[in-house]
Amino acid sequence: MKYIDEFRDGQVAQSMAKAIAAEADPAGSYHIMEFCGGHTHAISRYGLEDLLPANVRMIHGPGCPVCVLPIGRIDAAIWLARQDGVTLCTYGDMLRVPGSKRLSLLKAKAEGCDIRMVYSTLDALKLAQSMPERQVVFFAIGFETTTPPTAVAIKQAQALGLKNFSVFCNHVLTPSAITQILDSPEVRELGTVKLDAFIGPAHVSTIIGSRPYEYFAEEYQRPVVIAGFEPLDVLQAVRMLIRQINQGRFEVENEFSRAVTRDGNEKAKSLVAEMFELRRVFEWRGLGLVPYSALRLKEAYAAWDAERRWDVPQDSPPDNKACECGAILRGVKRPMDCKLFGTICTPENPMGSCMVSAEGACAAHWTYGRFRDAEPGMPQGPEPEEEETE
Amino acid sequence: MTLPRRAHPRPLDLKTGRVDLTHGGGGRAMAQLVEELFIKGFDNEALNQRNDQAAFDVPAGRMVMTTDGYVISPLFFPGGDIGSLAVHGTVNDVAMAGAVPLSLSAGFIIEEGFPLADLKRIVDSMAKASRDAGVPVVTGDTKVVEKGKGDGIFITTAGIGMVPAGVVISGDRAKPGDAILISGTMGDHGVAVMSQRESLGFETAILSDSAALHTMVAEMVAAVPGIHVLRDPTRGGLAATLNEIASQSGVGMLMEEALVPVKPEVRGACELLGLDPLYVANEGKLICICPEADAETLLAVMRAHPLGVDAARIGACRADTHHFVQMKTAMGGMRVVDWLAGEQLPRIC
Ligand code: SF4
Repeated sequence: MKYIDEFRDGQVAQSMAKAIAAEADPAGSYHIMEFCGGHTHAISRYGLEDLLPANVRMIHGPGCPVCVLPIGRIDAAIWLARQDGVTLCTYGDMLRVPGSKRLSLLKAKAEGCDIRMVYSTLDALKLAQSMPERQVVFFAIGFETTTPPTAVAIKQAQALGLKNFSVFCNHVLTPSAITQILDSPEVRELGTVKLDAFIGPAHVSTIIGSRPYEYFAEEYQRPVVIAGFEPLDVLQAVRMLIRQINQGRFEVENEFSRAVTRDGNEKAKSLVAEMFELRRVFEWRGLGLVPYSALRLKEAYAAWDAERRWDVPQDSPPDNKACECGAILRGVKRPMDCKLFGTICTPENPMGSCMVSAEGACAAHWTYGRFRDAEPGMPQGPEPEEEETE
Repeated sequence: MTLPRRAHPRPLDLKTGRVDLTHGGGGRAMAQLVEELFIKGFDNEALNQRNDQAAFDVPAGRMVMTTDGYVISPLFFPGGDIGSLAVHGTVNDVAMAGAVPLSLSAGFIIEEGFPLADLKRIVDSMAKASRDAGVPVVTGDTKVVEKGKGDGIFITTAGIGMVPAGVVISGDRAKPGDAILISGTMGDHGVAVMSQRESLGFETAILSDSAALHTMVAEMVAAVPGIHVLRDPTRGGLAATLNEIASQSGVGMLMEEALVPVKPEVRGACELLGLDPLYVANEGKLICICPEADAETLLAVMRAHPLGVDAARIGACRADTHHFVQMKTAMGGMRVVDWLAGEQLPRIC
């Protein structure tokens, strides 16, 4: 595994940290949002904050698929699992996300619903083949990276003439989420949340390429560096962003050129375009209703669309009042700003979605970073400069 | 006229036969299973008395007793199987008190329809592990449950052992300043087992580290009777075990990621599976916490033993009211090494 070690070399990290410190202007400040949960996890997992100067602050973004799914969609998945003859397949993390009325898929499973944890869409497809008497529904979530595998599974179901397989589609789009954040009142009008630059997604960009970010780099004048999920990738991206900010540039740069091209994966993109269409609007946790930010199956594939096969409820119950996931996903608050953090809400007993997935900001901070809150002497990120609204 | 009396007219069909409910029913079929498989396999004086309990003499002193259930799936994995694991795991639990293991018991819960050939393979492997360790299985029990009420076979083993005079090893004895040592590479067992599970479908050359550690422990205890803590990092891996000790002892810990030995192929497999080797189970490794002054002696003893060649010092205990296990990452940053939070991991022990 030489390949991995190359990107985890401690000495290289130290010299990169020195370079960052040398380039960061001590008189200025740098607010960098890492969009992806993968980056959030790498930053916490490797303690990268300790390698950055105090005036470089990382802000965790909404790029964690488990975190952004609103309660209504969890409730809908539970509703589906409760229908007669339905076997619901889901990724493990989704099992523990709290829905409304303190329910979760895990609790529904304990109550007797047939809910299975799968590692891939193909596992769900196989299950459908082996249980022709059951209706197998795959709870599809995720950004652009996970959409093509869903498409492939539906293609296969079509080829096999499988009538008992369908997809509860919750695939969402990265660029619209970033735009939504940049358009939010906190960033645009009030200026309470400073966002100077973005680390762009790794895996998502392998599919969509770097071109989709060009619009908002230009329009919103925010530099973007697309970076891999390895710790050295993140450090290198921070360095490139600081350089852009210092030079007054706002371009899309590609640190992850070993996997990402400007146009992405044409084959995957055209497969997705063939099968999916934009939803006019989709609810995100924290971001609210975001126009054209999610996908649904086209009419031609209605037979595999769980939302067409069943009359899935479209309610949108509010989040737990005390849970700050929404504000955290917009970069407005940090996990320790939530009163429930670490007291009532822990990974064992999550109250909000950000505490569930390892990529969630709350889970990452609790699991890896909470010593920072406990010991005043330890290095801490700078305080947010201004009072938050909310 | 008397015919030579044979208890069981036909021997067990160990090639194609299957366990059925009569094998747990207390009748002749069960007696035959016990006779031809278990007694023959484990063959020792106490068991051969054929009583419902084993009677034997024990030396005077402090005794330890432990019990553990084994529900691993798959039953056979690279480097071992549920049988050898059931011996090693329990011998190790006894040894982690610094004790010399004396004897084991074994309880089998077998699902109706389980192939007798597999059962024989498991019993033979268990018998070999127990012979190699020098710790006999002196008593046992067999139950058969209906099809669908178990998953092939579950084994429970209990073990007893005697603690040498003057040795007090316990999870609550770690002190600030103590050195934290481990006896070798982390994550081998869990990765070996998971690589065998079909849904994860990938092949590796990784063998489980399943092994009985009591001979190495005996040498360690002889060299340094004042060892504070010994524990084998099984379920939850190094991370969970260090957290257990930290909270039992009321100390914090600081370790260094770069000092924890992990085989490159284990690291690679963990990468693919999205696992952290610190959280993956081991079945033939131990954590030793000792006064700093004894650390080098113990490292030397471990490294001289075949099961401890990769032994390493990974950090130290310190005073910390939060009992955090903290780690300097390979990148040079700091993080907490937390308990595993309800991860849906497959059964691996
Ligand atoms: S700590 Fe829990 S309740 Fe608070 S914001 Fe995070 S997930 Fe929500």
